[in-house]
Order: sequence, then C-alpha cells, then structure tokens
Amino acid sequence: MLEVRNVRKTFGPLVAVDDVSFTVEVGKLTGLLGPNGAGKTTTVSMIAGLAQPERGSVLVGGRAVGGDTNPIKKKIGLVPQDLALYDELSARDNLRFFGALYDLSGAALDTAMSSALALVGLADRVRDKVKTFSGGMKRRLNLAAGLLHDPDILLLDEPTVGVDPQSRNAIFENLEELKRRGKALLYTTHYMEEAERLADRIVVIDRGRVIANDTLSGLRGLAPAGAASLESVFLTLTGRSLRD
Amino acid sequence: MGLTAFLAMVRKDLLLFMSDRRAVIVAFAVPIFIGSFIGSITGGMGNNSERPRVKIAVVDEDGSAVSKSIVTGLQSDENLNVTLTNAGDAKDLVQTGTLAVGVVLPKAFGEGSRRALLQQSGPKPELGVFYDPSRTIEVGMVQGLVTQHVMQAIAQSAGVPRPSLPFTLNAAPETSNRVPYNAYAHSFAGMGIQFLLFSALNLGIEMLVEREKGLWARLRSAPVSRFLIVGGKVASITIISLMTLLVSFGFAMFMFKVRISSVVGFFAVGTACSMMAAGFGLLIAALGNSPKTARGVSTLAALVMVMLGGAWVPTFVFPKWMQQVTLAIPVRWAVDGLDATTWRGLGMSSALIPTVILLAFAAVFTAISLVRFRWEEA
Repeated sequence: MLEVRNVRKTFGPLVAVDDVSFTVEVGKLTGLLGPNGAGKTTTVSMIAGLAQPERGSVLVGGRAVGGDTNPIKKKIGLVPQDLALYDELSARDNLRFFGALYDLSGAALDTAMSSALALVGLADRVRDKVKTFSGGMKRRLNLAAGLLHDPDILLLDEPTVGVDPQSRNAIFENLEELKRRGKALLYTTHYMEEAERLADRIVVIDRGRVIANDTLSGLRGLAPAGAASLESVFLTLTGRSLRD
Repeated sequence: MGLTAFLAMVRKDLLLFMSDRRAVIVAFAVPIFIGSFIGSITGGMGNNSERPRVKIAVVDEDGSAVSKSIVTGLQSDENLNVTLTNAGDAKDLVQTGTLAVGVVLPKAFGEGSRRALLQQSGPKPELGVFYDPSRTIEVGMVQGLVTQHVMQAIAQSAGVPRPSLPFTLNAAPETSNRVPYNAYAHSFAGMGIQFLLFSALNLGIEMLVEREKGLWARLRSAPVSRFLIVGGKVASITIISLMTLLVSFGFAMFMFKVRISSVVGFFAVGTACSMMAAGFGLLIAALGNSPKTARGVSTLAALVMVMLGGAWVPTFVFPKWMQQVTLAIPVRWAVDGLDATTWRGLGMSSALIPTVILLAFAAVFTAISLVRFRWEEA
C-alpha cells in the first residue's frame, strides 16, 4: 500500500533522512522507531506531502505522492505529533473544517464525523469546545480528524504523548480496529511497549538511515543472548549515548 | 474541491475571530471609542454655532478711559473669552495653561497710544503680551484683535468715527456638494483603518500560531493548493477588516451623522484597504519567526503606517517633504480615499486612484508573502 523508496532530505549541511526505504502493508501497523533527531518526523512529513524528498519517492498504491493538489493525498491521513486542533472551536466545527479540506460536505461529512467520533468515543461531546477537553480527549479527537476522510493509510506521529493509561488504551483499541478494517498504519513512538503491542513490523531509524527493518521476533534475534525486550534491542542498535 | 475547502477556511477564521472576545473588542469597540473622542475634540459634527473662543487674561494697569474702552471692546469680542485680572495672576494662569495669552495695558497706555497715533509725537507705549508657548497659533489672532480694539478705543476718545473694515468678508466652508464638515468622518476613518490593520496583524500572527500547533501540517497534508490556502486567508482577513471599518462607520453615521457622499467609492476604498491589510497580515505570517517576535515588530510597523498615513493627524500639517514621502504609505491613500468619499463630498472618481493604489499594495504584499512563505514542514 505505502512504499517509501530511497528518500533523502537535507536541511543545509544536516542530512535528516538518507536513503530510507520501507513499506507498510494493508491491514498492518509498521512501527517507526528512533532516538530524538533520528529523522522519523521528516520521513512522515515527506510521506504526507509536507516536504519534498530530494531523492527517492513515496508511492501509494504504486502512484507517487507529490504536488499540493495530488488526489493521492486523499488516501493518506495524518495525525500530527502536536494537538493540531482549534481550541476555541467545538469538536464538530474542527471536524467540519478538516473534512471540508478533503471535499467532504453535507450528509457525507455528517456521516464521516459521526463515524470518526464514535470510533474515538467522543460522540457525546461534539458540541463542546476543544479547550474544555482533557489531554486524552484531545488526542482522540486529533486521531478522529486524521480519519475523517477515510484514508487507506494513516500516519501517526507519536499519537499518545501525554495521555493517561485509559486514553492510551482506548487509542490502541482504535488502532487495532483500524487494522481490522484494512488500514495501513505507520506509527512513530518513543514507547517501546506500544510498538511491542501494536506493530506487525518495526523499522528502526537512526541518524537518518534505516538500521533495522524486521518483525518483532526478527529484531529480538539481533539482540545479545537473553535480551528479550524491544527496548534492549533498540539500545543495542542505537547505542546508549544521549541524543539531546 | 476548491470551493468547499475555500469556504470552510473562511468560515473557520470567522468563527475563531468571533470566539476571541479580546479581538472583537479591539476590532469594534476600541476604534469607536477613540474615534468618538478624537472627533469630539477636533470639531465634532461641525454644526456648533458657537465659535471657539480664545481664553485670554487682560491686565488694565492704566485705568484710563481709553484702556477701559479697550477692555470693554475685548470683552465684547465674540472670538475672545476675557479674564480681567492682575499681572501676577495673569502670568500664573498662562503658565499653568489655563489661559492661552495674557495682555497687559501698562500705566499711561491710553494717553501714550493716543498721542502716538493722533499727534505722531513722543515715545510709543509698550503693550505687553505673553503666551503659552504651545499655543503660538492663537497669539497672532489675539495680536490682531487687540490692535483692532486699541484703534477703535483711541478713535472713540478723539471723537472721530470708529474705523471699520472697508469691505465685508464672507468666509464659508467649501466642500463638494455643500456637504457639511464633520470631524468624526476623519477620526473614524483614521481609527477604522488603524484597527482593521490591527485585526489583520492578529490574523497574520494566528497563522504563525497555527504553524506552531501543527495545524499548518494538517492543512498542507490535505490536497489543497497553496494559492487556495492564501486565497482563503486573504478572503477571511479582508472580510474581518471590512467589518471593522463598516461597524465603526455605521456607528459614526448613526451617532454623529457622518455622511457618505459616494457609497460605491467608499466601498471600493474600504475593500481595497481591507485587501491591503490582508496582504500585510500574510506578510507578517511569511516573514515572522514566532508569534511573540512577530507581534512586537508588526505592531510597530502598523503604528508607523497609521501615523505617517495621516490616520492620527491630517497629512497637511506635515512638512512638505514628509507629505511627499507619505505617498509611499498605503494608509495615506486609504485615509485620503475615505475622506474624499465622506466629508469632502466627492464622488466615485475621487476614490479611483486610492483604490487602485491600495490594490497594488495588496498585490505586492501578497506576492512577497507567497515567495517568502515557508511552505515545507519537517
């Protein structure tokens, strides 16, 4: 479904992403892991069409993503790391706006809003202003906004930062439901246990390059004998020096 | 695809604006308050039959028949408000700014001035005049009036007919179509423009906030063109700016009887000015690094524009070179255009050049924004 082929992106002298390749399949969740500054967000930005790769390409269903108005962008939903919502507007007005960006209007928009809000459990708060929501509710609405146009691919950039265990668990259940519906999910996170629970495949990226791309059990085989956790595998691959 | 997204962007910006109580007060209430105040102190509605009088102190140290006649003449003059006092108090009153000018008729002034005028002999007596240095314009007027009353008093004392002007003077305000002057028209034009610029500035800064919050990433990930995004912003900022101007003028028309001489011309200038403000807002979003730094710099830029554009003080009081320089300030054209289509009583033709120039400024600001905007997110 989603194919990232040898993409490269630099910012001045800094090589943010270099020759990165991986795929995300239908009905699967691929975890994209890496230390701070590894190039995860830049990679997601290139997939979402927010930044142009200098080399390589991003393909969705075999068609290249590129250009502001490329219809292929409709197949991609972005859930940014930040809470990309208008606090002063109601949940409904937020979703109405984001849906309209994908040409949704009238009954189609109402149906899409109801479906997305039902999935994240916020149907009863649709009229409330976002500023009255808890952090967890905002995270779930952030997810709903990315799902509104029913994309085939969902890009989730650290979607559980700062939420309580209940909301995090609710988001996990939402993502598992989306996998069952056949969505292809790319999930970046710093929480290893999240990747262990959700990911069908894990791509580890460091200093802009892919250093591992395998299933969880495959990655465990890379660790020293006896190391069972993904975190120990991650630290083996990326080292223990601080990345500030 | 385009129209749905475009309308949604405009609707969203209007909802956000209306939900921000502070922004609404700044856009609508503050210009009305300040416009009312400035209008009231700069001439009001122009229908006040009582002419403003210059407040002066008169000290009669002579006490002669001539000096008493001068004092009587000054007291009866419709241009003056005379306080008869002693020299010490007169100086105090002028020094504290209570009165504008002090006039001292010294001892033997009546006799001395009479002799100097009628017999052309002896030293001329000295008439003392002191004034508040911030009110020099009124000094010349007072000197002229005192001279007139001295001459009349001396003539009366000599038994000759009181001299009078050998002509009648007919001074009348001149505006097109005899539209009565209304100072509120200029003050509301100035404040309306100032605060529509502030509204545009705030909306430009909101774009920087949107970027910080990741909303820009979500917007750019959707299949909408950057021209549509910019177009949506221009439309929403223009609508909000125009609303600011219309609410201000609506109030001025209702409360202070401000008249619009060319509705088409007024709307043309107002819309072009709002589009210029939208371009200004976009420029802030394109050139600003962060909301905090952009707010300080852009507020200063807006204030300089309104100051040099004649929104506070009419540009005719500026030095000549500055009047030429301010032609490069868009606010100057907006103020001139709104003045022309309100209190000057002119028609659509007077609005044409200001409108075209304001649209040119809008196009230049928007073009620079498009080029300088950081479109990539990473």
